[in-house]
Amino acid sequence: MMVMLREVEGSLHKLKYIKEEGRKTAVETVKEIGKPQADPAARIDRFLEYFTIGPQGLDPAGIVWKLEHILDVRDTRFKDEVKLMAPSADETQANNLENTLEAAMALNYIYKIIRHFYLLGKKTYSLYVVMQIQMILPMVMKEAEAYASALKAFAFGQPIGDGAGALVAAKLMQGHETRKIAKDCVVATVPFEGRTAFVIKAEGPGGNVGKPGDAIKEVIEENNGNVATVVMIDAALKLEGEELGEVAEGVGAAIGGPGVDQYKIEESLVKYHIPINAVIIKEDVGDAVSPLRKEIFDSVENVIERVKQVVLERTKEGDKVIIAGIGNTIGIGQ
Amino acid sequence: MTMENSSPQRSRVSPSALMVLFMMLVLSLAALLYGVWIIDSYPDLAYIILLFGFLGTAMAAYTLVQMRRRLSKLKIVISPVTTTIECKKCGFKNVREFQRGDYIFKAVEPCQKCNDKMLITAVYREVKEKEKASFPY
Repeated sequence: MMVMLREVEGSLHKLKYIKEEGRKTAVETVKEIGKPQADPAARIDRFLEYFTIGPQGLDPAGIVWKLEHILDVRDTRFKDEVKLMAPSADETQANNLENTLEAAMALNYIYKIIRHFYLLGKKTYSLYVVMQIQMILPMVMKEAEAYASALKAFAFGQPIGDGAGALVAAKLMQGHETRKIAKDCVVATVPFEGRTAFVIKAEGPGGNVGKPGDAIKEVIEENNGNVATVVMIDAALKLEGEELGEVAEGVGAAIGGPGVDQYKIEESLVKYHIPINAVIIKEDVGDAVSPLRKEIFDSVENVIERVKQVVLERTKEGDKVIIAGIGNTIGIGQ
Repeated sequence: MTMENSSPQRSRVSPSALMVLFMMLVLSLAALLYGVWIIDSYPDLAYIILLFGFLGTAMAAYTLVQMRRRLSKLKIVISPVTTTIECKKCGFKNVREFQRGDYIFKAVEPCQKCNDKMLITAVYREVKEKEKASFPY
């Protein structure tokens, strides 16, 4: 038990260091970009302790809308806080700052959870309390290190691995006119292999995932359900042994998050019986939130080829298709 | 964030512990020298002093190396991010270090060769991975 406690203690020291660096980065970035009149440190410290209570699930009917409401309130609250902390930040910078603060918040939370189990284990002399945290420690540390590198990317507005889907969509819509659709999303109508493609992504270059569920629903409704197929592109977690940037193809709504957008997409597709295809780019959790790696960037061309193949094989000439690039569009314009 | 440049030592190693270690190292080295100096006149005493000197030096050096290793584990190194700027007309390409405000598909300064507008076409980091041991599966 002492050996386990020592191991957890060592990791706790590292987590504390990472957490403090995260806080420091957040404060420095807010000061640099936001140019606040007062010291933002106290406000940031308060922000790092924010929490969100999920909806009650005893009666699951309508839980998605309750969850969506809570997430919307959270998002608005975060945006307001960032505006107060950094009054001089423009929209892109405010989105990046919000992401920076969220990463600092995640680090603070991880540190507190590990500290809780460490102290509880010491207090109770319970092998099982220490053991459960010691067993998952390598994964927790990997995630914490990923958030630490994410902080730099968010603070500087660099594209991250999670934005691979958004990057594919950006490449497809480059040179075409875009219009706003749903919240923080844009769509471009692009001629694609003899078909009309509605290419959707979150509005960049600020850190943003948008509401692709609403965007896809709106495009389907605008076309009265006359859409031959939907192709979703997203970054997905790779298994150990798989290559970084490997591209795979399948069916279903390729989208992460709390599930609200996936639910909305599936609802719209079922209503009009529209088939859905997915293309994923494999990466690990560290690469997903840290600055975009060359391997992932290079795989974008392969993804475009796979999307072309899917569209050519699954639709006829003159059809309408939706291509949605999912992910955080930080550092990626359109 | 400048994690790679910051010094976590400040928060991790107490100066008194470091001082004790250095004193131990100095005393052990002095014992070694003294042992060598008196080896002809008092060989029995010299061997005992040399033994203590060796042990002390080894222990102090080992502890210092371990301390250094633990501290280096705290650092998170992030490889530099580069920005590629391209001219769509003449194909002129410029690769430079990432600067705040850069983003993919941002229109930047005109091309040095043809004066047409240039675009940021790539922003990524290159990680030099260690050579992996062959794995048959």
